[in-house]
Amino acid sequence: MVLRIDSLVHRYPNGTTALANVSLTVEAGERVAVVGPNGAGKSTLARHLIGIARPTSGTVEVNGRDAAELGIADLARSVGFVFQNPDNQLHAATVAREVGFGPRNLGFSADRRTALTEWALRVTGLTGETDSHPRHLSFSERKRVALASVLAMDTPIIVLDEPTTGQDHRSVALLEELLGDLHKRGKTIIAITHDTDFCAENFDRVVVLAEGYVRWDGPVERWLEGAEDPSESAFEQPQMTRLGQRLGWRTPVVTLDSFLDQLTDHAETGVCPRRPAP
Amino acid sequence: MIEFRDFSLTYPTGSRPALREIDLVVPRGQFCAVVGAEGAGKTTLAGVISGVVPHMTGGASKGSARVCGRLLTETPPSELVGEVGLVMQNPFSQLSGARFSLREELAFGLENLGVGRAEMIRRVERVMADLRLTALADLSPYELSGGQQQLLAIGSALVMRPAVMVLDEPTSQLDAVGTGVVFDALETLRAQGVTVVLFEHRMERLARCVDRVLVLDEGRTAADGPPADVLTDPRLADWGVAPLRYTTAARRAVGRGLWEEDRPLPVTLEAAADGFAAALKSARTTGGL
Repeated sequence: MVLRIDSLVHRYPNGTTALANVSLTVEAGERVAVVGPNGAGKSTLARHLIGIARPTSGTVEVNGRDAAELGIADLARSVGFVFQNPDNQLHAATVAREVGFGPRNLGFSADRRTALTEWALRVTGLTGETDSHPRHLSFSERKRVALASVLAMDTPIIVLDEPTTGQDHRSVALLEELLGDLHKRGKTIIAITHDTDFCAENFDRVVVLAEGYVRWDGPVERWLEGAEDPSESAFEQPQMTRLGQRLGWRTPVVTLDSFLDQLTDHAETGVCPRRPAP
Repeated sequence: MIEFRDFSLTYPTGSRPALREIDLVVPRGQFCAVVGAEGAGKTTLAGVISGVVPHMTGGASKGSARVCGRLLTETPPSELVGEVGLVMQNPFSQLSGARFSLREELAFGLENLGVGRAEMIRRVERVMADLRLTALADLSPYELSGGQQQLLAIGSALVMRPAVMVLDEPTSQLDAVGTGVVFDALETLRAQGVTVVLFEHRMERLARCVDRVLVLDEGRTAADGPPADVLTDPRLADWGVAPLRYTTAARRAVGRGLWEEDRPLPVTLEAAADGFAAALKSARTTGGL
């Protein structure tokens, strides 16, 4: 496994307990969405993965090594973190320098740096902005610069904090295509998100954090099957899941494609299986 | 309430106008959504309505833009703060940096307007209750999560009781509960006669709540009308706006004979469920496809 979090507690200096007791393991190549209400501890958990937060108690292991014993620079070779707010991450005077900073800092060869930087700029749609100052770009573009700068570090684990926030249709489509490509390359992807449609279409496993604890952990289909009434929950189920439920289908619908497949099945068989009456 | 006539604006460094020939009238109490791709002009439009653009950014304009009868290009932002509330996309950039608790931050704008202490306390307490922020009242704004900061930014605008509220993606970092709280607050504002202009990427809430959707594309008005019409326009994706999954599912089902061609495409869960239930019923009646 690439990540093992054991009994992690994080208490801020003001006494707020952000993580009360979190245990979690993540295997290489998994796609994990971390969801939960505002203030659940999601971003704090992510900060532990890159070493900018240190456990009050408990341990975080990255690739078998205790994160507390590794410096931030060492962890940066394993875990790339894309901040929710790109302005917390960007510092260079041009997009090219920003994206090239990570691989240069990691001591990659010139050829590898060039290849990774060009690839990262291409897959994030930024090839035409290499000489632009990141601060002169739009919020969505700055988010893509932040993403590209992490991709260029070629880390086996990529953590994204609210990646769809402030992104238009084209940017989200680009991101979804990129996530599929990264998955094929064997990357481990962890996303903190409130966007359940995005979560359903692109992730296999869901971890629900609430009040500093892991409240649920398992396959996305099972989560959607048992998800609470949205009116009382911090989650709004994906559109297709709610539509399947409204139609009375027993099997939870996760994606748009699976909805259309089930619709066709029901129509072809002339049978529309319904949930048993409560 | 909001009236744009043939309004165009070009930034000092811009090679082309950020807004082009905008004609827009939003009457008092209307809930209007503005959508469009990145760079379509949404943030510029929000900035013009709230008085930030071009006063604080520079830029040359032509045509006219008025809010509450005041010509925006001739009205300093400081004279609009009591009338137009602005909630920025990034809540962090909206914090005053001068107050040590959420409660004090909410009161900051009222203090600057010289509102009396009793009234100030009444308004702040009310907004904290409406947005479920009371339990966080004594925390520093910088100790809050991104979503909590977003609610604080909305509260800071609501507490001023403006005639026009302009919100740039106000729920992007909020969970479903927080999103519901914000939309409930916006519905209440509309009922009170406040004009609400919402810039948003997430379409489902819009389809249920707003009176009208305006699509911007490269600075121009590409479409303007009720959500059921605009959000089912086949050009929506070309304008960089994500169609609702309900709409996409129905559009694709037409090709499979599982959505009646003459039935309007849905933009709400209810309309989608009705349409697909009817299609399945029809398929069962005829013995399958």
